Amino acid sequence: MTQPNSRPPIRFRGRSFMALVLAPSAPVHDWLEDLDALARRSPAFFVGRPVILDVSGLGLDRVDLAGLVTDLKARDVTVMGIEGAKSGSLGEGLPPAPAGGRPVDDVATPDAPTPVEPPRAPRSLFLDQPVRSGQTILHLDGDITIMGSVASGAEVIAGGSIHIYGALRGRAIAGASGNPDARITCRKFEPELLAIDGLYRTADDLGPERRGQPAQVRLDGDSIKIAALE
Amino acid sequence: MAKVLVVTSGKGGVGKTTTTAALGAALAQAGQSVAVVDFDVGLRNLDLVMGAERRVVYDLINVVNGDAKLNQALIRDKRLENLSLLPASQTRDKDALTDEGVAKVMDELREKFDWVICDSPAGIERGATLAMRHADLAVVVTNPEVSSVRDSDRIIGLLDSKTLKAERGEIMEKHLILTRYDPARADRGDMLKVDDVLEILSIPLLAIIPESLEVLRASNVGCPVTMNNPLSAPARAYIDAVRRLKGDPVPMTVPSDKKSLLNKLFTRRAA
Repeated sequence: MTQPNSRPPIRFRGRSFMALVLAPSAPVHDWLEDLDALARRSPAFFVGRPVILDVSGLGLDRVDLAGLVTDLKARDVTVMGIEGAKSGSLGEGLPPAPAGGRPVDDVATPDAPTPVEPPRAPRSLFLDQPVRSGQTILHLDGDITIMGSVASGAEVIAGGSIHIYGALRGRAIAGASGNPDARITCRKFEPELLAIDGLYRTADDLGPERRGQPAQVRLDGDSIKIAALE
Repeated sequence: MAKVLVVTSGKGGVGKTTTTAALGAALAQAGQSVAVVDFDVGLRNLDLVMGAERRVVYDLINVVNGDAKLNQALIRDKRLENLSLLPASQTRDKDALTDEGVAKVMDELREKFDWVICDSPAGIERGATLAMRHADLAVVVTNPEVSSVRDSDRIIGLLDSKTLKAERGEIMEKHLILTRYDPARADRGDMLKVDDVLEILSIPLLAIIPESLEVLRASNVGCPVTMNNPLSAPARAYIDAVRRLKGDPVPMTVPSDKKSLLNKLFTRRAA
């Protein structure tokens, strides 16, 4: 059981950002000139953008690498990580090597104005089948409605609310993309874990009151409130 | 056209092999031609339960690899001529099963038999997924106990996603056989009740097999329980299951070996 505590609990949230990857080509001096030309066309291109430097294939040693980072800094390009550096060439004073990067499409250079993506409208996901043990349902764009039960060992993660017209015996994680208004409702309340907007409770913390009953779960400030479903 | 049935469970030791042998024998006793196939490569048991362990020459892996023809590997039962066994290899492991090889063997079996019953290994790895891959319908074997029920739930999820039928967008027909059931212990709350299991798994019930010494007795003599003692409670439950599989509406009961009070009085007086 978690101890009662007056301070709000520490929250952990995962968030992914898109970083711009700069991959200088040899010779670096010429590449910097090209970069200057780009900066003249669009002075604010790098402002506020996280940049990862990809130096694989360049074979720079520690001194050259530090020089390149300084040259970029002078051009208002702040490097937050260095990829593909020789082992041992990173270290004190240099940004760390990031891990787990996934490639996405090329970012349009300022010649063509970057199209502004309209915010995606929330969409609902309907499931007619029960969610079986071991399955994960991930839907970050809106609500999830499940006509059956969520089994022990199954996991449902929604950006919005989760509605279960059967028993909830597994994990329900609502408001996963940062939505404190998200709720979880179910016809039979036997969850293993509940979370709304990063705040979570395990079955052990929940107590027996609502067990087996229809229930709804919502966030009240920094605490998870469980109420009967009228 | 043959029907391919997989007997699966997720958890080990719940009665997959016993069920495969009992259903296979009961279908054969009802006049169908049946092949039972052991997919538990490396830990084969079906040959023992069928009493054919001393007659194994070639096995499933030999046929998958093309070292032997299917007819050379199939072992015909001595008691029922329309019942055959395709044993697993004991010296290899599940990695020896190839997708193409298994597909070829299953196609050949479909042409030869009315029913092909695949005995799945425990777990959710290669052996289990290949055993269910070509199935037309599945029998999920579960004990009235929480870990077995949760593992079965996991397997049902795989049946609905990893089989050829599911990948074609068709619905996999699934049936539940609840084994080792003891009504008295369920009433006392020592094991899950039938309704609890059905509520969690939400698939139709095919049979309830009562806990019985007859099952152990039959395995020990290497004879499927439906052949060894067809009047015993588990045998009657399996025979009813086969009738339901063939479409007969048989009311669901839990057969019992215990004699009623009237029966006891009667036998005492007669003796």
